Amino acid sequence: MCGLCGAFGAPAHWSDGIGARRPPQAERQARAALANRVLGLYGLRLSGWADRYTLAGRTGRTAVVDHLGGLWPAAERLSGRLCDPLDPDTIAAVEATGALAAPEAPAPGGAREGT
Amino acid sequence: MTAPTPVTLLTGFLGAGKTTLLARLLAWPALRDTAVLINEFGEVGLDHLLVAPLVGEVALLRGGCVCCSIRGDLKAALVDLHDRRRRGLVPPFRRVVLETTGLADPGPAVATLVADPMLRHAFAPGAVVTVVDAVNGARTLDTSAEAVRQVAAADRLVLSKTDLAPADAAAALVARLAGLNPLASCLPLTLADVPEAALLTDDPRTRAAEAARWLCAAVPDAPHGAVRAVLIESGPVDWTRFGLWLGMLLNRHGDRILRLKGLVAVAGVATPVVVQGVQHLIHPPRHLDAWPDGAARTRLMLIARDVDPALLRRSYAAFTGLPGAGTGAPAAGAGAGLPAPAGAPPGAASADR
Repeated sequence: MCGLCGAFGAPAHWSDGIGARRPPQAERQARAALANRVLGLYGLRLSGWADRYTLAGRTGRTAVVDHLGGLWPAAERLSGRLCDPLDPDTIAAVEATGALAAPEAPAPGGAREGT
Repeated sequence: MTAPTPVTLLTGFLGAGKTTLLARLLAWPALRDTAVLINEFGEVGLDHLLVAPLVGEVALLRGGCVCCSIRGDLKAALVDLHDRRRRGLVPPFRRVVLETTGLADPGPAVATLVADPMLRHAFAPGAVVTVVDAVNGARTLDTSAEAVRQVAAADRLVLSKTDLAPADAAAALVARLAGLNPLASCLPLTLADVPEAALLTDDPRTRAAEAARWLCAAVPDAPHGAVRAVLIESGPVDWTRFGLWLGMLLNRHGDRILRLKGLVAVAGVATPVVVQGVQHLIHPPRHLDAWPDGAARTRLMLIARDVDPALLRRSYAAFTGLPGAGTGAPAAGAGAGLPAPAGAPPGAASADR
């Protein structure tokens, strides 16, 4: 448990651990940076926090996300929109921006690690 | 720490012959260290194997197996079984066979095993074995969505009562099952046949062989009503991109993804990763020691209801940054020229067809 924020260790998700080439915090940061390229379509931003993530909307609403398995239900709640990877407009937006194909680089102020 | 005990799901529609099959299999010495979970004593045909009641809902079967009734709550039954084993109140067992009710969708049982934080340290999902009645199976598939889900979720299909069905009808049903679930093996049985114990075991030595069969599985051209198998193939994929895409897909469409199974070539990882899931749930991924056919390529099969294959492949291509392709109509976005992710070896997309 983190002594400052009181958060217990987050449970594991199936997507954790495979292909990880960085320390856990850096891995989380890289994942958040990548997820933000899609989440930006919904006006959301993911940041690392302790061994979890926080998801924030443009109005300041936030949610704690244990792992990437909890990301999309939280994103739908916060944005009030369906996050559908089969929606042609969403696919077209990802294709148009090459959002997930460009090199990874966390945006300034984003994907910070907490305590 | 001991390895989690595999739980094999034995499913099949009402009257398909699940319990008859189970009773025959439990006669194998190799299956003596098995705990059987059933719904209720007295409702099934295992009573003739009962040797002695132990305590509460647990009884001993002839040959040394333990038999427990679930009484509605699978989690509580498994926790109780684990606790009894830990305290030495039941004979030790190395596997659990869960016989579901005929009307059950296997998804929630798999979800309980994969997602429950208490259970997942003690138990792991094993194979899904689905029994289909050669006489009534076709009619059942016509009329029951649960039966279609049971077949789609299967790792191993057993066609029972083949001696009672006309040969052409049985052959047509085998073809139909292969169209609905090309990933599962199919074992035809007569009333006199005794199937191999391996039907209920999860032997790590056979995993590579099973994976090799997935790689060779033919993808049927025709859908089964609204259900169809969709193949996605690509070169090595960035795992985080893949996880984001699959997590997003299952969150929104998990109820329509009846089964997902595949070998994933992960960029920067030399060995294949086995990914499989039922509906919203993904099993913990496993590494195989080597590529079954020597070539590192991602091959993902989804058995899905009401899903456009071209859109699925286009979505995969957009989110992973790799062209996704497979049997059927070409993906509209494939070849759109999204660059491969950084770190992917040269020729990452060359395995697409």
